[in-house]
Amino acid sequence: MTGRTGLGAQRVTRRTGDRLVLDGLTLTLRPGETVGLIGPNGSGKSTLLRLLAGVLAPSGGVVTLDGRPLGELGRRTVARRVAVVEQHAHTQTELTVRDVVALGRVPHRRAWTAATAADGRAVTEALDRTGLTDRADQSWHTLSGGERQRTQIARALAQEPRELLFDEPTNHLDIQHQLDLLDLVASLPVTTLVALHDLNLAAMYCDRLLVLAGGLAVAEGTPGEVLTADLIKRVYGVSAEVTAADGHPVIRFLRRGAQGPARGASPGRPGSGGPRAAHVGGSERDR
Amino acid sequence: MSPRTTVSTAVGLCALALSVAAAVTIGPADISASDVWTSAAAHLGLGESRLAPLRDGIVWDLRMPRTLLAAVCGAGLSLCGAVMQSLLRNPLADPFVLGVSSGASTGAVAVVVLGVGGGAVSLSAGAFTGALLSFGLVLLLSHSLGGSTDRVVLCGVAAMQLFSALTSFTVLTSADAETTRGVLFWLLGSLTGAGWTDVLLCAGVLVAVLGVCLGHARTLDAFAFGEEAAASLGVRVGRARLILLCATALLTAALVSCAGAIGFVGLVLPHATRLLTGSGHARLLPVTALAGAVFLVWVDTAARTVLDPQEVPVGVVTSLIGVPAFVAVLHRGRRTA
Repeated sequence: MTGRTGLGAQRVTRRTGDRLVLDGLTLTLRPGETVGLIGPNGSGKSTLLRLLAGVLAPSGGVVTLDGRPLGELGRRTVARRVAVVEQHAHTQTELTVRDVVALGRVPHRRAWTAATAADGRAVTEALDRTGLTDRADQSWHTLSGGERQRTQIARALAQEPRELLFDEPTNHLDIQHQLDLLDLVASLPVTTLVALHDLNLAAMYCDRLLVLAGGLAVAEGTPGEVLTADLIKRVYGVSAEVTAADGHPVIRFLRRGAQGPARGASPGRPGSGGPRAAHVGGSERDR
Repeated sequence: MSPRTTVSTAVGLCALALSVAAAVTIGPADISASDVWTSAAAHLGLGESRLAPLRDGIVWDLRMPRTLLAAVCGAGLSLCGAVMQSLLRNPLADPFVLGVSSGASTGAVAVVVLGVGGGAVSLSAGAFTGALLSFGLVLLLSHSLGGSTDRVVLCGVAAMQLFSALTSFTVLTSADAETTRGVLFWLLGSLTGAGWTDVLLCAGVLVAVLGVCLGHARTLDAFAFGEEAAASLGVRVGRARLILLCATALLTAALVSCAGAIGFVGLVLPHATRLLTGSGHARLLPVTALAGAVFLVWVDTAARTVLDPQEVPVGVVTSLIGVPAFVAVLHRGRRTA
């Protein structure tokens, strides 16, 4: 595994209590690509992102950055390379947009020193890139959900990462802001891994998809390869029609009981044990 | 340090120096500002004192240490409050949230009422030991429960209740009226009888802890969006939390053992200072420390002069001023939430 560039996970497992949240998952992010992470609630998406960010330690296997285990690198070194945007950021502290974005410089700054010109430049560029320059002095608490997410993205950009991890960044946003946000995400000049619930958005914006179910990777490939009616049936237990348009698959879900193929068949799933995913209900909210 | 921080700190230091000099002149004996200067200069080896020994004694042995201890306590409590509020992400946190003051009370009562230590241990030493014991208990308990900040707060509240109960029990069952009065006075917070040893000891701890906290200013900023967000910004959360909790608990224990549990300074002053400085800790921490120092110097001056010759415990005065201020902060919080 040495000599490999970028962020990757090799056979990582994560156990909480006696539940196996991730079960021997391997993932390599190629520089510059946008990878979508999809799967039902509780499939291990958030856990995988936290392992890759080094916020959580794997119970088994290893997460590497440029071939070196994250544990060896130290938190600050990792934070200068890998930035995270959570699905929901909350604070009680009174902060301006600029204050929040400046937090991205924390891993770059030393104790006892004032901000350098490079720090100022990184913050200005991040604000500019996310279209927040005019709002820099506005209070975080007065922002809308979409603006807060953009502010967090600006903060992540101020970290000057090469790998950027998103945990369902479009949650709680209306469709216009979802598209705006993903346009921004896909345009960023960094390697991105983004956990998404909406399969159509994943198909539109990602170069590659990784499908998780019950802590296992059940499929990986381009959206066209991965998003088939069969896979959606197997992983989510719902019926869908998949057509192709504009070079990516378009998914139309079918009402339960209306028609569609018989349920239950699950050939081709790696590993053993029934797909837990099939029991997932209709809730769209994770956690 | 940024230029703005330097300016705010310089302004605060001047205000503090003037406040101390002015506060020393206030009291039953008529002392002028030049008397203060002469006495201080003489004792610091800068010239001869032309003051009568009695007046010199009032300035240098009574009022000066008391005023300086007020400044050190105000600074320390305000600093600890600011750090606790950010670290525990709880606007209601204050230096006593981890049970340090209740433990100190129990320790002090054990020495004064029960005679623990057989007279060889002072009230301050007993209080300091009790404070550290209580904090250690909170730390152990919260660690065994996973160490997250809400656990730390809950364990602190539990310890506070436990040690308050122990204190009340001891006082009610064993103390006579005279001792009870003395203990009560101390429990409410009082700077009476402050000596140079107290001042130097507390000032030493204050400087060291202020240094540690300023070194962690950026880390404290990073806690704004929670511990996991801080971790993803490169903060070693467990280590930073332990260092900051221990440093602030040590300072609080030292202050409480010298002056009792002076309430509300550590709760209100950081909130008030944030309105001026914003939330960046590199600026907030030194300014809030200076604001706390100036505040307590004046509150203590009021406490010892308003009902002269009777003295009001300074803790009572801080709370009388603190409660309305606290309500105002809550009102403001309601608007931003």
